[in-house]
Amino acid sequence: MIGGLFIYNHKGEVLISRVYRDDIGRNAVDAFRVNVIHARQQVRSPVTNIARTSFFHVKRSNIWLAAVTKQNVNAAMVFEFLYKMCDVMTAYFGKISEENIKNNFVLIYELLDEILDFGYPQNSETGALKTFITQQGIKSQHQTKEEQSQITSQVTGQIGWRREGIKYRRNELFLDVLESVNLLMSPQGQVLSAHVSGRVVMKSYLSGMPECKFGMNDKIVIDKQGKAGASDEAGKSSGKQSIAIDDCTFHQCVRLSKFDSERSISFIPPDGEYELMRYRTTKDIILPFRVIPLVREVGRTKLEVKVVIKSNFKPSLLAQKIEVRIPTPLNTSGVQVICMKGKAKYKASENAIVWKIKRMAGMKESQISAEIELLPTNDKKKWARPPISMNFEVPFAPSGLKVRYLKVFESKLNYSDHDVIKWVRYIGRSGIYETRC
Amino acid sequence: ETNKLYCTSVKCCIFELKAELNSDKKEKKKEAVKKVIASMTVGKDVSALFPDVVNCMQTDNLELKKLVYLYLMNYAKSQPDMAIMAVNTFVKDCEDPNPLIRALAVRTMGCIRVDKITEYLCEPLRKCLKDEDPYVRKTAAVCVAKLHDINAQLVEDQGFLDTLKDLISDSNPMVVANAVAALSEISESHPNCNLLDLNPQSINKLLTALNECTEWGQIFILDCLANYTPRDDRESQSICERVTPRLSHANSAVVLSAVKVLMKFMEMLPKDLDYYGTLLKKLAPPLVTLLSAEPELQYVALRNINLIVQKRPEILKHEMKVFFVKYNDPIYVKLEKLDIMIRLASQANIAQVLAELKEYATEVDVDFVRKAVRAIGRCAIKVEQSAERCVSTLLDLIQTKVNYVVQEAIVVIKDIFRKYPNKYESVIATLCENLDSLDEPEARAAMIWIVGEYAERIDNADELLESFLEGFHDESTQVTTQQNTQVLHKHTQNTPDSDNPDLRDRGYIYWRLLSTDPVAAKEVVLAEKPLISEETDLIEPTLLEELICHIGSLASVYHKPPNAFVEGSRGVQHKRLPARTASGESAESPDAGQSVGGVSDAPPAVIPSQGDLLGDLLNLDLAPPSASVPVVPASMQMGVDLLGGGLDSLIAVGLAGGTGGMPAGLGGTPAMGGGLGDLFDLGGGVGMATGSYVPPKAVWLPAMKAKGLEISGTFARRGGGIHMDLSLTNNAMSIMTDFAIQFNRNSFGLAPAGPLQVLTPLAQNQTIDVSLPLNTNGPIMKMEPLNNLQVAVKNNIDVFYFSCQYPISLLFVEDGKMDRQVFLATWKDIPSENETQYQIKDFHLNSDAASTKLQGSNVFTVAKRTVDAQDLLYQSIKLTNGIWALAELRIQSITPNYMTRLRTRASLSLSASLWVQFAMLYDCGFLEGLDHFVVFP
Repeated sequence: MIGGLFIYNHKGEVLISRVYRDDIGRNAVDAFRVNVIHARQQVRSPVTNIARTSFFHVKRSNIWLAAVTKQNVNAAMVFEFLYKMCDVMTAYFGKISEENIKNNFVLIYELLDEILDFGYPQNSETGALKTFITQQGIKSQHQTKEEQSQITSQVTGQIGWRREGIKYRRNELFLDVLESVNLLMSPQGQVLSAHVSGRVVMKSYLSGMPECKFGMNDKIVIDKQGKAGASDEAGKSSGKQSIAIDDCTFHQCVRLSKFDSERSISFIPPDGEYELMRYRTTKDIILPFRVIPLVREVGRTKLEVKVVIKSNFKPSLLAQKIEVRIPTPLNTSGVQVICMKGKAKYKASENAIVWKIKRMAGMKESQISAEIELLPTNDKKKWARPPISMNFEVPFAPSGLKVRYLKVFESKLNYSDHDVIKWVRYIGRSGIYETRC
Repeated sequence: ETNKLYCTSVKCCIFELKAELNSDKKEKKKEAVKKVIASMTVGKDVSALFPDVVNCMQTDNLELKKLVYLYLMNYAKSQPDMAIMAVNTFVKDCEDPNPLIRALAVRTMGCIRVDKITEYLCEPLRKCLKDEDPYVRKTAAVCVAKLHDINAQLVEDQGFLDTLKDLISDSNPMVVANAVAALSEISESHPNCNLLDLNPQSINKLLTALNECTEWGQIFILDCLANYTPRDDRESQSICERVTPRLSHANSAVVLSAVKVLMKFMEMLPKDLDYYGTLLKKLAPPLVTLLSAEPELQYVALRNINLIVQKRPEILKHEMKVFFVKYNDPIYVKLEKLDIMIRLASQANIAQVLAELKEYATEVDVDFVRKAVRAIGRCAIKVEQSAERCVSTLLDLIQTKVNYVVQEAIVVIKDIFRKYPNKYESVIATLCENLDSLDEPEARAAMIWIVGEYAERIDNADELLESFLEGFHDESTQVTTQQNTQVLHKHTQNTPDSDNPDLRDRGYIYWRLLSTDPVAAKEVVLAEKPLISEETDLIEPTLLEELICHIGSLASVYHKPPNAFVEGSRGVQHKRLPARTASGESAESPDAGQSVGGVSDAPPAVIPSQGDLLGDLLNLDLAPPSASVPVVPASMQMGVDLLGGGLDSLIAVGLAGGTGGMPAGLGGTPAMGGGLGDLFDLGGGVGMATGSYVPPKAVWLPAMKAKGLEISGTFARRGGGIHMDLSLTNNAMSIMTDFAIQFNRNSFGLAPAGPLQVLTPLAQNQTIDVSLPLNTNGPIMKMEPLNNLQVAVKNNIDVFYFSCQYPISLLFVEDGKMDRQVFLATWKDIPSENETQYQIKDFHLNSDAASTKLQGSNVFTVAKRTVDAQDLLYQSIKLTNGIWALAELRIQSITPNYMTRLRTRASLSLSASLWVQFAMLYDCGFLEGLDHFVVFP
């Protein structure tokens, strides 16, 4: 299991050091600094073995988190734990920065004591932790016996992510379908790979212990219902709108065995914001933009670049925050750009022309052309021509996913599904959206 | 304000802090403790404040209490007597009405590694294990594992293991999960006592808890389930059915642990079962989903997928595209993806793969580009239909003239030529154009091979080879070997009409040179060209099976069995995939036997593409012997073996060994161990007056004799274990990989306790320090001298042999202190003919200093007497094979001489040779101030 956990600043100074196991000595702190943080070469692996001691690290802005062990631990668990640790810290004091860590070091030690016992991860749901680890310190003497046992039963309970007795005057929930669409396209416009990785994020402000059921246009479910209904027409019409989900994963509140057997998504949600599910699709993806590049080398000192982008969605919808990044060679000496729409600039420090367009409606087209002057070099190596990448945001789900329902049942309290105010929104963003040129 | 806490200079502050800690004001006290913790964090020693901090412990402020506990956990070990002061508060807190405080007390107490505190812990722990509150029980469950780590015997005596087993049936899932985790860890150090006692009933309980506990609990349970072997295929299937829902968990570790269970239990399912196919289909999507996790997890996932693809290629054969490299992937993700792409390449997807690989060959990272070029070559060899396209892609890349791309391309083209002889020689002309730009040995060697092999088709082959020969003396061995063979090759081809006497003469000279080293000559000249295998870097099947059982763990990331990187007894057990046993079908049925070895119909044969013949031989037996080899028979065997030898000759041998055999250590300073390798061990030794004697590192294998690999090393005894500390230096021009080591049989059965750990390839001019743990369970054969050790080291280039000698003190065990009474009785009991006497002259240590120094090497002073201005030290030594040696060390205060008498019961011969070894301790600077020693028989 995890033998120790260290947090360093960018210089390698240790900010937090908590050792759980006797086989991890103080010198482990230095070994990681010397061999990883101060290493001359770029880090080649997130797992480093130094003198039979394994170090797992993740970086958040300037801060290094390192878990140390001398055993054959579950490596995936250690990384998941480090991410979780970051989440918990962020939930308690915001951004993970040197200043925040130093200001909250007592809290961090307290958290580390609670969520890692002898190197075994324990309940690390912020909802539960916040009931008894508070920045104000616990007023244990003021708690009643019932309150105490409520805390412990929640921390160890089956529904460790939610406390009892939550009350809202207005029962409300927000569903965000957030998708990132990834594309790798050849210069000729052939799709080399495309997939959507999506998340359903839920913000719930619901009283009591509500039982929820979430439904979407999952092809497997729709097809099954179509068959059950035996109505061909209904089957066809709904079948068209359904999507094939390659795989999905769920927050621990979802009853996985039920999903496995019935493919229904039922759960008691945590209070506030959390990620209900993640999914991935690869079929019938709506690619919001098409990039058509044309790069011509004119002699040895000049490049001509022309890039056309085409929007491919309903004309009534608007894409936002569009940015096209056209890489330029390292020996670029000057660039002249002309674009019909938006603003374009050559950024020498980034070796790229950055073309920004605030808004663009569907089924439109825009173009940029640039002349790139090159310095003559002796470098034999050809320019690698990195792909043209693109960023954007669109108000629909490129996978085609639709939320069909989210039903809320709370039998003990007197509010029904109809009383809950529900909001759904769809946002599609570019993931790695690249076209080779 | 807190920022200031971090930069306080301790020296000037200790006094101030002390005052603040003793302040009446609560707030001030708390602030002071915070400052102390901050100082502790940055590594300053604030142990001097121990009593003051402990005084703050009795408080009803929980935050302050936790801070004090944190301090206690850090310093209690260094201040055991004062730590006792805390016991009372702990015991009281364990009775507190607040379950959070009860749990905190038992959790903290378990972290304080002071014997006396541990004794007091037992009663509160017993209560807490049966506490009404689940939070206290789940904390107490982990505490048993803590206590076991401190004092295993105590845990067994107190019956805590049984209580822990009971907790597996607890009503609270988190208690179950922690109990499972604790038991799993404890059972790792008791491989044989079947602590977990997994049976269908307990498995059922675990599977129920699996649905209810936290994500971490699910991981503990799944990892535990993976150790179970179902009785038959029906049970196996029912467990799989209950585990598959976990594949949809958001936590990647839950997914990977579930994959491990499924991969393992699938072995038991008949392949024609419908469910088998369903399961295979279910495995692919979650594995692909892992690739959208954060990069670090992607890396872990990819390393595991690499194993899964080798074991069951059918799972991911349609998922090639997801392994395409993204421009912004971290380099470690890119390299792993590339590996998997090569493994998944097939005729169906080869066009796409090649297009991708060509793209990658223009990237920036040199390692990645090289690997991409190499991958193109692998594709050609793997998919015959694509070979032509691969060759033309490689030619395109050669045209780029990027130096390392050209060289890498030539290396792989050589392999393609070997696989498809006489098919693509039209490209040779293009290759020859790039002769001048080749500066890497592997590329030069490849080019020489090509020229030699196709000499009759190359008009100026003689000239070309000649041009290589000019630089003969500067070349690395790899190139020269290739030159030799190819010149010979060419020579033999041309013999009838060769009219170039120069070439012929040189050829003969090389021939003669080679003849002086028959092993090398045989290897180089007479070796058959090994076939190029289709798959590269395939993990050896038994290792692969073991690694599949470790999916998700560090072993699966390193692709090494746990005992290669875990010290001590943990993880030494080898895990194996279960064999298929159908319900109602006996294990002997042909069907069952057939599927034991693996599931893929035609497992690809592993043929190393490097032409090392001896390498395979070495590989056969690299796994360490099983831990269950009894030590007692070994020692008996040893005794017989030694007694069998002639007495006189043995003494002579011993003397010779003593005077001439050891590396000259006079005046040399003892080496401080192997750099980083010892970093941790040095820390562990704080508080011990002196460590065990470690001779300075000596060169055992000069680079000249080992194709550029230089090995120097020494032996050390650390923490009760024997270590061979090696420094490997690569003086050759190419990267060295695939290190392995093996010992010949030797007098004390020394053998590597694990494989040689060289995790990263050894680059040119790089030196790496490796510490190889040894055990004494190896086969025994008397060596001359007694402490001689013959070693074989293998790397990707060749196998090398050398011999070295270890100091006999390496074998002196920690529990070698004999009871005084026993000593007296034994000393008298040993006949005087078993005694040898020696005198050591010019010795300037007093008896106490000598005693301390000797104790560092496990030579224990049992008693001391002073008679007539002479100090008499009575000392005992115990060897790893259980033989005792007793000594009397007589130190004269007036003349700097030592007189020693040594007795052992075993035999005179042993004692004599042993004594010489013993005396050599002194010889090698073991005791400072000794110039030489004289031995009087």
